[in-house]
Amino acid sequence: MSEWKTVCQLEDIPVLGSRRVQRPLGPQVAVFRTADDRVFALLDRCPHKGGPLSQGIVFGESVACPLHNWTIALDSGQAAAPDEGCTAKFSVRVEEGCVLLNQYELDTIGIGLLPVVAGPCTRVG
Amino acid sequence: MKKSKLVLIGNGMAGVRTLEELLKIAPDLYDITVFGAEPHPNYNRILLSPVLAGEQTLDEIVLNPLSWYEEHGITLHLGKKIDRIDRRNRLVSCADGTEAAYDRLLIATGSSPFILPVPGKDLDGVIAYRDIADTEAMIDAATKYRHAVVIGGGLLGLEAANGLMLRGMQVSVIHIASWLMERQLDDQAGDLLRKSLEARGLRFLLGAQTQALIGGKDGRVMAVQFKDGSEIPADLVVMAAGIRPNTALAESAGIHCQRGIVVNDTLQTTTDPRIYAVGECAAHRGIAYGLVAPLFEQGKVCATHLAQFGIGRYQGSQTSTKLKVTGIDLFSAGDFMGGEGTEEIVMSDPFAGVYKKLVIKDDQLVGACLYGDTVDGSWYFKLLREGRKIADIRDKLMFGESNIGDVGHQGHNKAAAMADADEVCGCNGVSKGAICKAIKDKGLFTLEEVRKHTKASASCGSCTGLVEQLIMFTAGGDYSATPKKKAICGCTDHSHQEVRDAIFAEHLTSMAAVHRFLNWKTPNGCATCRPALNYYLISSWPKEAKDDPQSRYINERSHANIQKDGTYSVIPRMWGGETTADELRRIADAVDKYKIPTVKVTGGQRIDLLGVKKEDLPAVWKDIGMPSGHAYAKALRTVKTCVGSEWCRMGTQDSTQMGKDLERAMWRMYAPHKVKFAVSGCPRNCAEAGIKDVGIIGVDSGWEMYIAGNGGIKTEVAHFFCKLKTAAEVLEYTGAFMQLYRKEGWYLERTVHYVSRVGLDYVKKKILDDAELRRQLWAELQHALDGEPDPWFEFDKAGVDLRQFEVVA
Repeated sequence: MSEWKTVCQLEDIPVLGSRRVQRPLGPQVAVFRTADDRVFALLDRCPHKGGPLSQGIVFGESVACPLHNWTIALDSGQAAAPDEGCTAKFSVRVEEGCVLLNQYELDTIGIGLLPVVAGPCTRVG
Repeated sequence: MKKSKLVLIGNGMAGVRTLEELLKIAPDLYDITVFGAEPHPNYNRILLSPVLAGEQTLDEIVLNPLSWYEEHGITLHLGKKIDRIDRRNRLVSCADGTEAAYDRLLIATGSSPFILPVPGKDLDGVIAYRDIADTEAMIDAATKYRHAVVIGGGLLGLEAANGLMLRGMQVSVIHIASWLMERQLDDQAGDLLRKSLEARGLRFLLGAQTQALIGGKDGRVMAVQFKDGSEIPADLVVMAAGIRPNTALAESAGIHCQRGIVVNDTLQTTTDPRIYAVGECAAHRGIAYGLVAPLFEQGKVCATHLAQFGIGRYQGSQTSTKLKVTGIDLFSAGDFMGGEGTEEIVMSDPFAGVYKKLVIKDDQLVGACLYGDTVDGSWYFKLLREGRKIADIRDKLMFGESNIGDVGHQGHNKAAAMADADEVCGCNGVSKGAICKAIKDKGLFTLEEVRKHTKASASCGSCTGLVEQLIMFTAGGDYSATPKKKAICGCTDHSHQEVRDAIFAEHLTSMAAVHRFLNWKTPNGCATCRPALNYYLISSWPKEAKDDPQSRYINERSHANIQKDGTYSVIPRMWGGETTADELRRIADAVDKYKIPTVKVTGGQRIDLLGVKKEDLPAVWKDIGMPSGHAYAKALRTVKTCVGSEWCRMGTQDSTQMGKDLERAMWRMYAPHKVKFAVSGCPRNCAEAGIKDVGIIGVDSGWEMYIAGNGGIKTEVAHFFCKLKTAAEVLEYTGAFMQLYRKEGWYLERTVHYVSRVGLDYVKKKILDDAELRRQLWAELQHALDGEPDPWFEFDKAGVDLRQFEVVA
């Protein structure tokens, strides 16, 4: 339960930016870095239409989803009012410049979610 | 630490709104106590008229139910009227002995109807029209009595009269002036209004002076008597001849009052800085506002001050008027009467019941009065607030702009005529019914609130005018009383123009410097202001200010367009829309190699590869080996051309070459918004140059240049700008116009909106009349673009962070 996995160095994440963490199964995890070097991790899917939060603009302790501009709180995954919704969050540790995620959470959270699809595969008939 | 005590006197819209704003930003700062003279929680007073008319119920107009006060730990005293403020001991008290101590006191006692000082004013059946009790008394009287008289033919009086009539009474309106609503309408519009209300069954006595109210044996009013001795029967008399700010309490505490409780720009009374006043009881720069939007603006400023943020000042509002009588459309704003030194444009069609008057002074719109057709009200109000010069649009002014786009709402432009199921916002699929419901249920008053809650008008904005109309009808708000100056976002009070000016005047070259100099309220901005500031910095100080990729929207950060599934699209540049077998082969190979699911020809004569994984982007760019098309950027996108004289039997000019030259000269040019050009080789205009930011049309003797066209939300035909002889001139004039737009346009403002804001004449003056400035602008643009990198190949120079394309594990 308490196994932690180093996913990258703090320096690998741009300030006010993010990186995507690939998992063997399930959607990617987005790790964010704030202006004061705090790191947060969320499932890389907006609660609204599944947009990749890792691609959004990071400000304060929030990220704006790149698809429809919902504002998601980095620490809780909660959408800012009046929008309603929550995306899964992951525990993060930063130790000696390394960013660590909890292995159990990586193995379990959001694993069963189907990918968002677009393009010809969505055509009917 | 012990919390400070805040006491609010007056449990109405302005006061409670201030509390709401305060709780939003400083929820734990105060112990709050509220005193309300009425036995009801805060309700929407504006909607008493629809309640009287039987269109809404009392429950529906409650804004803050009792549970709201409880949730926020507010001590609420209902039905208790404060009659003493003890400033020395900071204590307020009621007649029954209830008292409360305060550290800060907020007075929001509102206003009272003016009661005519005539004999009989205290008889039974004589009431004012102000609150729920009055409304209930009127509803009750309508079930028992027949004749109602309303004294006062202003906004409130007519709404009362209409409601009583709908409840089955015979209603006469007595008005001292010679036409109705003389504060809001001129005589002609007032006449039209009277006729249409008469047709509904109201009676009017204009220019009539009430002398006395006559009572019957039972002590109830039975008639109204006039100066000339004549009488009319009356079982109910409603006084609606104006309102007076409630200042008696403040005055008794020695607080300076003059036409209201005098407050400064932070809504503090000028007498005692611990005491604030907002709403109808407050006089700010000599004006006591009676409309909801100014009161809410006051509330917001007052809240920030109470929260000890010390930011924000209230600088007064301009207001517009709208009557809440179903089926009657009228609008007025500013100096609608005109007179000495003003010019008037009038359109009158009494048969159709349409009348419009625009008042112009010193080449600016200063007033508008509309009856019967008010669709353009918000546009006129905007022109009025902005004080824009109107010479260049004067001939079209009367016919309106209708700030409603052409597409996305089934062609409707009158919200009232729409059915509940009709779609208002085609982008987000929001129906009229859904918007009205949200406005009622959530107590929304402003466009911003409606956008946030329903998403209507929040995407392309083409239905903004319709949404404003709905707010007007449903909430009864004066929908467009937004301040003259619009802040970029919640991070600052400064407008786009002020920020641009400061960056230029103070030579600010970094976002941190802008934040510092302009006292940004947030540590690193938000997703709205950061891209704007970044653009202003790099466009004002090219080669000096450093581009900040983290402040760019994802498309400009990854140099590709994000799609709904998180993949990207790639559109390579094809100069002038021309391509080769080699290019097409490379594209085809990349499509196969990277399994790109969709290949589509764009409207701008290019090829779009859709569904590229982010990880593959750099490799796709490399394999295709064509320059970036910037289809993802606020930058020069396509230059659409026809084949021109090289092939076409009709062609008069080599439009393809002209297009390629323009594109090569100006690609990589970031701008406030996307920019599209087109070049046609003859007036048949196969390249559709009439709806582009710059459209060039070849004629036998040279080129015609058109600017500020738009093919999007609101189709706008480009304006003829000038006739040019040579291709070199086309480059210079186009470049100069672009550079002017780049320097002066607000972020996300297309050329069509930029030119409509500054005026075509202004642009002509700068580019056509001032040859030196034109050459200088063109040189500036060339300097700015010189050596700019292609972001698909020169990653370092373009500041492309390649880490974004890789995942970590």
